[in-house]
Amino acid sequence: MTDGDATDSSSNASETAMPDEWSIPRIVRTMVPLLAALSVLQLVSGTVLEAYEAVLVQNPALLVLVPVQIGTAGNLASITCSRLTTQLYLGTYELDPSNPDLRANAGAVFALAATVFGAVGVAAWAIGAAFGGTLALGRVLLVSLISGMLLAVLVVVTSVAAVEISYRVGLNPDDTTIPVVTNVCDIAGVLILFAVVSVVV
Amino acid sequence: MVGHDTARDVYRQALPVILVSLVAGLFAGTILGSETMRAGISEVPGLLLLLPAFLATRGGVYGSLGARLSTGLHQGLIEPRFRLDRRLTNAIVASFINGMTVSVFIAVVTYLWLTLLGSGGNLLQLVGIMVVAGLLSAVLMISVLIVVIFVGYRRGLDPDNVIGPVVTTLGDVFGVFFLLVGIYVVGVVL
Repeated sequence: MTDGDATDSSSNASETAMPDEWSIPRIVRTMVPLLAALSVLQLVSGTVLEAYEAVLVQNPALLVLVPVQIGTAGNLASITCSRLTTQLYLGTYELDPSNPDLRANAGAVFALAATVFGAVGVAAWAIGAAFGGTLALGRVLLVSLISGMLLAVLVVVTSVAAVEISYRVGLNPDDTTIPVVTNVCDIAGVLILFAVVSVVV
Repeated sequence: MVGHDTARDVYRQALPVILVSLVAGLFAGTILGSETMRAGISEVPGLLLLLPAFLATRGGVYGSLGARLSTGLHQGLIEPRFRLDRRLTNAIVASFINGMTVSVFIAVVTYLWLTLLGSGGNLLQLVGIMVVAGLLSAVLMISVLIVVIFVGYRRGLDPDNVIGPVVTTLGDVFGVFFLLVGIYVVGVVL
């Protein structure tokens, strides 16, 4: 399978003109440093999780919240970023609190966060209770909703900042914003969750 | 017109995708909160430390494989057939190498970080768990992605719209599950 990248590209005239985007070493060399750097960054949230190990093992409901928090943060961020970028290209985006598109995006993110994190709070409590957790429904719901809404604020702020900065610096926001903002929100999701946990629980 | 949606429009369009990832997250959370997993977390130092990095890597490796295959299909560089085409096999082999390299890297960095924190850890155990979990994820994610992208493409689905939810959903659910399998296998072997 891995044989003859060189022979293949020389036998195909159309590929000799430009670097072969489909060669294994090229893909690996591009991706591995990036992925390695991102995973070192993710150790920040790992360190937080590790620090709360005792609380997490004791309260399965909180453990259930972890992947949901991370996943939803990234999803809300990627939706917001791609919408803002499209609006930027269409010329309807403007960094102004009265901008109707900006308000619509922000409003939708808050409404989505309220829906999702309300449902997640109840579900995490039920699953946690089934695993023998003792945390009350009110507590789990409070943790889920407060951390979720704080996350929504962060998603909106970082997405707008990322789009604004990459536009001013002259980078294509389609390439830069989603990886940066989703990773930032993944990590911040865990940090916010445990900041709230340490206050509420 | 995407530029002039109201908050209500955006909410309606985004909710299904968010709910899919929510269900996936809850499944992953359920595995994570289970008795066996909690026992594993207590027994294996560093497991929670590497969890976010491990899950994020699934997205990075297989999301980019999906995006690459999708671009290749759109450009006509690869065909939606299950054949040993050079580009297709290269993309698959490369994503496999990426996934395994980064999984082992995460185990090593986690071990170093644990040593630095003075909490102690077992390098062989961490590497073993990541190799098993990384290998199983690679096999599952690559097979499912190719089937979904090719079958979807032949039926007129734009793979660009499918990859995101597929990778997030499967990556989270099976990532955590394979981590559990890894703990079990390494526990039996070591």
